[in-house]
Amino acid sequence: MIISIASGKGGTGKTTVSTNLACVLPAPVTILDCDVEEPNSHLFLNPTFTDREDVIAPIPEVDDTKCTYCKRCMEICRFGAIAVAGEKVLIFPELCHSCGGCAAICPEDAIREKDRTLGVVETGFVEPGLTDQEKNPGEKIKFVHGLMDIGQVMAPPIIRQVRTHADPKGLTIIDAPPGTSCPVIASTKGVDFVLLVTEPTPFGLHDLILAVETVKILDIPHGLVINRAGMGNNDVKRYAQEQEIPILMEIPFDRRIATAYSKGELIISCLPEYKEKFLKLYDRIEAMVAQRRQAK
Amino acid sequence: MKELIILSGKGGTGKTSLTAAFASLAKNMMLCDTDVDAADLHLLMAPKIQKKNDFVGGNEAIINPEKCVGCGLCKELCRFDAVIELTDPVSYAIDAIGCEGCGVCVDLCPEGAIDFPKKTCGEWYVSDTRFGPMIHARLGIAEENSGRLVALIREEARKRTREQHLDLILTDGPPGIGCPVIASMSQANCILIVAEPTVSGIHDMKRVGQLAAHFKIPAMVCVNKFDLNPDQGLAIEQIARENNIHIVGRIPFDPNFTQAMIQGKTIMETHKNSSTSQAIREIWQTVMKNPAMKQERIM
Repeated sequence: MIISIASGKGGTGKTTVSTNLACVLPAPVTILDCDVEEPNSHLFLNPTFTDREDVIAPIPEVDDTKCTYCKRCMEICRFGAIAVAGEKVLIFPELCHSCGGCAAICPEDAIREKDRTLGVVETGFVEPGLTDQEKNPGEKIKFVHGLMDIGQVMAPPIIRQVRTHADPKGLTIIDAPPGTSCPVIASTKGVDFVLLVTEPTPFGLHDLILAVETVKILDIPHGLVINRAGMGNNDVKRYAQEQEIPILMEIPFDRRIATAYSKGELIISCLPEYKEKFLKLYDRIEAMVAQRRQAK
Repeated sequence: MKELIILSGKGGTGKTSLTAAFASLAKNMMLCDTDVDAADLHLLMAPKIQKKNDFVGGNEAIINPEKCVGCGLCKELCRFDAVIELTDPVSYAIDAIGCEGCGVCVDLCPEGAIDFPKKTCGEWYVSDTRFGPMIHARLGIAEENSGRLVALIREEARKRTREQHLDLILTDGPPGIGCPVIASMSQANCILIVAEPTVSGIHDMKRVGQLAAHFKIPAMVCVNKFDLNPDQGLAIEQIARENNIHIVGRIPFDPNFTQAMIQGKTIMETHKNSSTSQAIREIWQTVMKNPAMKQERIM
């Protein structure tokens, strides 16, 4: 089963929920941090990295000895990444989406593709710490995250590569990026459940509505965690009731939690009673996923 | 004309609340919200929309089943796994959400069986607010090309700033360091990073700082919610000093930001005389005195 933790608005507590959930669940658990622009899960889990792979995407390279400057490559490119000016072909790697159109259409076979690095995927494990009573000895959380290179723009290929590390048999938790566009789709498409994390403020509600529309388009069962409950107003709850979105957990606004977070500590470390609450959250998710499977 | 972009890397550090507060202090200013994915500035600005425009951001491939002979070349060519194979009889269809809009299948289909209509991916607006004009947008759900929409509204903001003889474009940027962020900051005078004193906040402000350095754009930083963890706040300021990022001030953790948000106002309006509002006024003066903000940009 794959659960994506998403939000619309940034800073609502996606990473908090992802990391705490990963730590309370029985092994095997895999956590994938798909916020490749600003990944944060590692700061809370301190994984030991064992492997590192570059994320490569092809960009075109023109063989001047074969090129006849016919401009077919420029015409097929919808992203403005290749331009032919007189007897010169210019390539703009940062605009290239690696669709391969220019190489496929070139009548002279003058375009080859070469590798460009977009970022890196690091894999490793998290030693079970305070939660290992519940795990078999030696069971570790598998940890994977992607890191986009500074100045690159293409997050989805990195996210797709992170997702190839999902555990097909065990449980996988995805810490998704904020927003509603391509990186979020790449992090949530095809998962079994989307857990939406919001805060009960006007900004939280506004962006939650967008996030709900996104998961509806993707047709994925979903539920809600209200983080910092008590800090704003009741509009998020009212909306959830109207839309029949189950509120699966509330985490109150508590300065102890905020301080622990600021230091990179898990909630379950500073307030152990939350272990039970996160386990209950998982039970409710599991029940909803089972229900959906039956309905299908 | 000067352009200041408010960024943070990490979401939820207070970009929008602070942009709104600055808007109440700025003179002769155009507001711009480039967080087109999940824009929130309008919730504090109550913009009166004067002009609404479609954003035509790309094209979408659609296979015409009457012309498709089921050769499968489109599926072979598609790098985005957006061609779905249907059985009995074998034919193909495009998954609209997966489609990148590259048009490779369209141009190379031997039967000319794939249409490529233009697609409206969102809307953008020209509005008036109580603090000045505002350009903002809404990217459609699950749509692509947020960078292109950001570039479009920034261009529009510059054009109108010139026409209306305004001095400053104040832009509320998106989180992250990717495509819409780069589109938001290119050629700006300066960026202001709103950081929070947490391990995530530090990690993410470093990456935005690196991005600014990569594009050679001067950066400033202010620490929001400073008292939440003063040690981390000091760590941010230390990193800033080491990286030539100008420190412009500290803002305390203040629940009044949320109260102002609920009223649809800026904290400068709801809690005018608070120490937080005073801190923001001082930060604004420091920002505007920064040498990078004195330079006129020719755009």
